[in-house]
Amino acid sequence: MAKLKGAIVIDIERCKGCEVCVGACPESVITMAKGVNGKGYHFAEPTGDNCTGCTNCAVVCPDGVITVYRVKVTV
Amino acid sequence: MSETLTRDQIIKPENLVYRRTPLMVDRPLSYCPGCGHGTVHRLIMEIIEELDAQARTVGVAPVGCSVLAYEFLDIDMQQAAHGRAPALATAISRMNPDKYVFTYQGDGDLAAIGTAETIHACNRAENFVIVFINNGIYGMTGGQMAPTTLPGMKASTCPYGRDTAIMGNPLKITELVAQLPGTYFVTRQSVHTPANVRKTKKALRKAFDYSFAKKGLCFVEVVSNCNSGWKMTPVQANQWMVDNMFPFYPLGDIKVPQDAGEKE
Ligand SMILES: Cc1ncc(C[n+]2csc(CCOP(=O)(O)OP(=O)(O)O)c2C)c(N)n1
Ligand code: SF4
Ligand code: SF4
Ligand code: SF4
Repeated sequence: MAKLKGAIVIDIERCKGCEVCVGACPESVITMAKGVNGKGYHFAEPTGDNCTGCTNCAVVCPDGVITVYRVKVTV
Repeated sequence: MSETLTRDQIIKPENLVYRRTPLMVDRPLSYCPGCGHGTVHRLIMEIIEELDAQARTVGVAPVGCSVLAYEFLDIDMQQAAHGRAPALATAISRMNPDKYVFTYQGDGDLAAIGTAETIHACNRAENFVIVFINNGIYGMTGGQMAPTTLPGMKASTCPYGRDTAIMGNPLKITELVAQLPGTYFVTRQSVHTPANVRKTKKALRKAFDYSFAKKGLCFVEVVSNCNSGWKMTPVQANQWMVDNMFPFYPLGDIKVPQDAGEKE
């Protein structure tokens, strides 16, 4: 069976901590950091390894700071 | 491949499926966190990238929060006096019929001070795209009431809510321009969820294709949040928009081409 595995990279210095991506992720694998970036925003960060690379978070991010990678794996 | 892939094994150029388009200038956007302006900027640039039209596109920025759009969109841009973007775009598109031309305007710009330019450009069937960001208030200047402010909606100049008996009714300018013979495609979209972003992109793509094919004016409204002006968090503002803006400004196509026979 083929399965999609993804990974996201967030440009944390450009993230404004709006949290719009968090609710847009169907796998709930984005969380807000306790720490802050140089502008003082609690930035978003990936968590867990259930990302499917669906790109939902990236397309809805107003600042376009999320890059998405995806591979097909056979299990 | 096995399932035990590490992040580093996935994050490789050959596995890239989404990145910010290089047609967005590599510089932080001036917008508030969670503001829809950034999303719409990116969608327009993704379309220009797909059309391979970076050197064949001219955009016109408004007065409002997006006055600096020319700082972010890596294409030729003009910046119009408040509300006058459709007049400028008329000249640009008539002088350059081989170019993709669009205006990008807020509701204060397009539906208040620029109402005349908007209506006449639509009625003249000018061949450019109007991208209309409707957040119900004047964002840049501090959240004053706009023609689009909902009945009962609070704004800095109507702190108890818009009283239509005194302040008049909100203007549904998108429905209004759809009545004019010069508009070819008129639609209302939003960018608060991934599905809505994808729909908006499709609508914008159609608008650019139709106007480039000289079909007439294409008008794409995006109902968006002004979370700073509404004094909410971005996530709350998007929910407020769903609960309050969408019932008054319902999403969907308002005028679709009669000859194309397509409806979504
Ligand atoms: C001729 C003129 N009148 C008034 C202003 C002040 N002004 C600047 S932005 C703005 C309203 C912008 O609101 P909107 O078009 O809704 O855009 P937003 O900031 O919400 O994106 C006004 C009235 C101006 N710059 N020029
Ligand atoms: S790509 Fe999809 S699954 Fe992965 S973090 Fe983004 S929204 Fe979640
Ligand atoms: S949507 Fe973008 S800017 Fe907002 S929290 Fe997520 S990564 Fe940061
Ligand atoms: S004031 Fe409103 S419209 Fe302007 S950038 Fe902030 S949220 Fe966006």
